Amino acid sequence: MTEDEVIGRLRSGMTVGIGGWGSRRKPMSLVRAILRSDLRDLTVVSYGGPDVGLLCAAGRVKRLVYGFVSLDSIPLEPHFQAARQAAAIEVTEYDEGMLQWALYAASIRLPFLPTRAGLGSDVIRVNPQLRTVVSPYDDAEELLAVPALPLDAALVHLNRADASGNAQYLGPDLYFDDLFCTAAEQAFVSCERIVPTAELAELGGIASLRVPRWMVDGVVEAPNGAHFTSCAPDYGRDETFQREYVAAAKDPQAWQEFVHTYLSGSERDYQQAVAARGNAA
Amino acid sequence: MSTVSRGDVCAVACAEVWRNDGELVVSPMGTTPSVGAQLARATFAPDLLFSDGEATLVAGTWAVGSPPPGPAEGWLPFRSVFDLAWGGRRHVMMGPSQLDRFGNANISAIGDFARPTRQLLGVRGAPGNTVHHPTSYWVPRHTTRCFVPRVDMVSGVGYDSAAKAGPAASRFLDLRRVITNLAVLDFGGPDHAMRLVSVHPGVSIDDVVANTGFELAIDAEVPQTREPTAEELQLLNEVIDPEGLRNKEVRA
Repeated sequence: MTEDEVIGRLRSGMTVGIGGWGSRRKPMSLVRAILRSDLRDLTVVSYGGPDVGLLCAAGRVKRLVYGFVSLDSIPLEPHFQAARQAAAIEVTEYDEGMLQWALYAASIRLPFLPTRAGLGSDVIRVNPQLRTVVSPYDDAEELLAVPALPLDAALVHLNRADASGNAQYLGPDLYFDDLFCTAAEQAFVSCERIVPTAELAELGGIASLRVPRWMVDGVVEAPNGAHFTSCAPDYGRDETFQREYVAAAKDPQAWQEFVHTYLSGSERDYQQAVAARGNAA
Repeated sequence: MSTVSRGDVCAVACAEVWRNDGELVVSPMGTTPSVGAQLARATFAPDLLFSDGEATLVAGTWAVGSPPPGPAEGWLPFRSVFDLAWGGRRHVMMGPSQLDRFGNANISAIGDFARPTRQLLGVRGAPGNTVHHPTSYWVPRHTTRCFVPRVDMVSGVGYDSAAKAGPAASRFLDLRRVITNLAVLDFGGPDHAMRLVSVHPGVSIDDVVANTGFELAIDAEVPQTREPTAEELQLLNEVIDPEGLRNKEVRA
């Protein structure tokens, strides 16, 4: 599939989970395809990074479900900050582990999973829909019941996949990409390279094949597709570009120029603009 | 002979937080806590484990801010971090933007949550961390802006909030110490109120009180925070932090 074909399977108002973590291995080419589409009013679920920032800046987010939004080497995400400080989006802010529990509950078709995480914190105050559950055993502990968070679609970026959607991570951390896929009605994988099935196990061993095709509804070959986030070991985060992004985000005119330079054409145009910038530097 | 800086004292005070932890994973957030964790493991707490900031637990001692030379001794992807944290085998040191008298910590947002005046990171793992395993805090600038009567968004759970939420929230709550550029504090006051444990050399009790926006418990005798030993100072200057990053983070 192409990025645009994937995004063509989505509808406005859907709940869309985005894999990766902070500014690490984000399916940025798919996010950029959303920016080119007319999708809006999305509920976005993410361990957030620039995916969240870009979608907020473009006004595509109705509600955000998150534990944090950060660019890692730059702690605060400027577009997310601006959206929050203007009360432009609705939010469900969870503890990071609660978010994992919510995706896991949806994945294994349970209505909720119990935890202590969140108890005593203002996560309960700002999410009045949350309920507790009393252990039916002798301890009778009253725990937080994190409700399942089923997704209409999941978008994740991995290092390799075969043409049937068997996907593989080669970096140090899968993050929660498999849970995003299993919590979703439809899951789409972008990857650096599509390779013959026989090459997958040779590349990273059987334990790296953590997103097999039964989880996946479509695969896109997207070289440099996570740019400017990291995609170890294929490439690291483009720190220079990330600084440029942050600087532009803080000034409306600079942001217009950034959008004009990088985000007003196709994915190919984006990659060419990024490469041209590298050549100039 | 090198002289002792405030950054040295803070690094040692951070290290002391992990002194009796045994074989726990420590998660230091910030430069001086990372220096302190290295120092603790290199000296009096050899069984501690910590990661390279990504997903690898690394043995040995290395300069903070540089890539660790290895060897890898374990794998700790984020999936395992929550298992580890909720199982209790971890002691985190977080950097709050606001901290109050009973240890509620805010890293999420300043002002009204519905429309913050300043959006920060979000609560991250702070709610889960605090109700599951030992937690300490690092504040490089001890001011009334940070030490407030009541935090705007309870991210890390304090003793009063946990008590209100019930036994399941209080059962494993264990707030250990708060290290700042001025002092060491803990929650040994009445009803787990914050207490002044020691003041750093050159700092008076009045300095700490003036920069704290609530009443501190203060014992009749408040000692001085200990200075590094000669061995510790040598490790700091030559191995763990030769570039003096701790002295950039901590203003005397």
